[in-house]
Amino acid sequence: MITATNLSKVYNGTKVLDIEHLDIPSGQNFGLVGNNGAGKTTFFSLLLDLIEPTSGNIFNKDITVSESEDWKPFTNSFIDESFLIGYLTPEEYFYFIGELRNQNKADIDSFLIQFEDLFNGEIIGRKKYLRDLSKGNQKKVGIVAALIGNPEVVILDEPFANLDPTTQIRLKQLLKSLSQTSGTTILISSHDLIHVTEVCERIVVLDKGVIVRDLETSEATLNELEAYFSAEVTQI
Amino acid sequence: MFRKFTWLEWKSFLRSASFGKSLGLKILMAFLALYFSAMFLFFGVALFPILKKVYPGQDPLVIVNNFALVYFTFDLLFRFMLQTLPVMDIKPLMVLPIKRSKVVNYVLIKSLFSFYNFLPLLLIIPFTLYSILKEGYAAGDMIAWMAAMYATTLCMNYFNFIIKKRFTENLKALIPIVIVGIGIALLDYLGIFDITAYFGSLLNYVLEFPILFLVPVVLLVMLYSWNFQNLKSKFYLDSGLKGKNKTVNTKEFGWTKRFGSIAPFLQQDLKLIWRNKRPKTTIYLSFIFLAYGLIFYPNDTYQDMPAFFVFVGIFITGIFMINFGQFIPSWDASYYPMIMAQNIPMRQYLASKMGLITFSVVVLAILSTPYVYFGWNILLLNLACAIYNMGVNIPLLLFSGSFNKKRIDLDKSPFMNYQGTGASQWLVGLPLLLVPIFFFWIINKFINYEVAVGVLAGLGIIGLILRPALLTYLAQRYRRRKYVMIQGFKQKGD
Repeated sequence: MITATNLSKVYNGTKVLDIEHLDIPSGQNFGLVGNNGAGKTTFFSLLLDLIEPTSGNIFNKDITVSESEDWKPFTNSFIDESFLIGYLTPEEYFYFIGELRNQNKADIDSFLIQFEDLFNGEIIGRKKYLRDLSKGNQKKVGIVAALIGNPEVVILDEPFANLDPTTQIRLKQLLKSLSQTSGTTILISSHDLIHVTEVCERIVVLDKGVIVRDLETSEATLNELEAYFSAEVTQI
Repeated sequence: MFRKFTWLEWKSFLRSASFGKSLGLKILMAFLALYFSAMFLFFGVALFPILKKVYPGQDPLVIVNNFALVYFTFDLLFRFMLQTLPVMDIKPLMVLPIKRSKVVNYVLIKSLFSFYNFLPLLLIIPFTLYSILKEGYAAGDMIAWMAAMYATTLCMNYFNFIIKKRFTENLKALIPIVIVGIGIALLDYLGIFDITAYFGSLLNYVLEFPILFLVPVVLLVMLYSWNFQNLKSKFYLDSGLKGKNKTVNTKEFGWTKRFGSIAPFLQQDLKLIWRNKRPKTTIYLSFIFLAYGLIFYPNDTYQDMPAFFVFVGIFITGIFMINFGQFIPSWDASYYPMIMAQNIPMRQYLASKMGLITFSVVVLAILSTPYVYFGWNILLLNLACAIYNMGVNIPLLLFSGSFNKKRIDLDKSPFMNYQGTGASQWLVGLPLLLVPIFFFWIINKFINYEVAVGVLAGLGIIGLILRPALLTYLAQRYRRRKYVMIQGFKQKGD
């Protein structure tokens, strides 16, 4: 589904991302972990064509993302709050995204029913603008909006951060069932090793822009990851 | 303590993003400041002899007193539009051991050191000195008068804050007051109720009984303490936090549906304009500028210069186009990454912006039809200008917009707000206005008026026919500039 070849990004002479080859097959739950500055957000931004690659290309379903806009109809994402329109209410925002993805109001309304628990009565019908919602609630809106319109690829940058424990658990269930039932390719990044190992079938570890581990998730993965990240601590 | 506050302010000034404002803007501001200082100083010195000449046989001082109310009204008006409320970032100070009253006093006293309070001094002091030294008015009386005038000026300073606090959130509430004000001005103008003269005679009393200068001083103290109470009661975090959650405006703009594929964006833009302070003000400005023609059409000076009416026509029908269009796509700066990553083809995004502006030109053109009162040729010219705006100027503005990379915070007031302004905003003004004026002028001079109007409209129609091709080109440009824009829009600050 997604292929990156010879992909690199250089900022002021420092290489922040350098991926020789990465292939993410369709329907995979893909997790990206790494410390701050590892290049997770850079990779996602490149995938969404928000920044220009210094070299190489990313193909989303064989479409070169930096050359054509044709990947947009089947790709949906939530990176940060700059994906939210502050002066809209959550409903209006969902309807807007829905309209961009050929879903009418009724479609959206029935789509939103499954998220009633997740929203916990704090989002729909509260007559508040998005900019006045708390950080956690904003995040919920962004994540749910990224699922609108049955996208084939969903990209979520640190979806678990800022969420309360109950919502984290709900979100994990949601992401797992989504890839199982609809075959959606899901790309997430996280700092929480337990969450990614639970949700993702495959985990890639980035360090200073380079892929250092590429693991199929199994019983041993969590230990392996923990060993990898604590190794740096003991070294110092 | 005051010294520490000043030190904080100084640091925040030096390190603010706006300190790095573009050089051109700094020069412009400095030029404006110098210009106004010079004008005020000139009038401060020359007002007395001028009045003496224009109104022989009358006491110039009495005339000045009669005009004082008008002067103060304008003073207040300009302050209301331009002067910002004195603020300090109080949040980090709240947990520190500093008395609240101290911070409030500092903020209020700081507001006195403003250019708006300095300018009147340039007018009042020379005028007083001139009266005493050259015309032999009693020094004591004049100094009392001067004190009264300046105290009143400072009253305006604090009065403005009170008005602003109450009305900036809710400009509609201001309408009845404006109507009453206009009513009083009309009554005064018609000589039914001569309020300026009453105010003038109050000032005359000050000259008779100098001790009366204490009245505005007392008023000043009262206004100060009113402001003090106001600010002090606001010195809590939750009054700032709580106030935000006003009832939301859920107007749906359902009628945009009939515009087909650009409907969601159109709806989006209307919400953008309706719910945010800065774009909303562009709407009010458009209506105010509709009256622009009244200044020029009846004026004999311009009758021989129809080319000047092109300027007026472009302006009247295109004021929204100019105000809104020049900041495309900066209006969407805070969520531009989303616009770029979502399923929004660039071409459609631009087409909807064009559609919105075209719509505004049509509306303003219709609203400007009463100018037919000044002659059919003016109506025709305005319509031609409207077509020219639609066909040529809108694509031109969008083209210049592709150079925009400065963020705009939507809920700040637009007056004297240069956020998002860069070189492109200044440069685009030239072709926008000068090109049509030039075409019109040259054809009107060598052929005739009708052909000149026809050529303007023709250029517009050509632009309208070429619009799909222009859109494709513009979409390409915007796509190429997209990374620079996303990067630029992330930079906060002015």
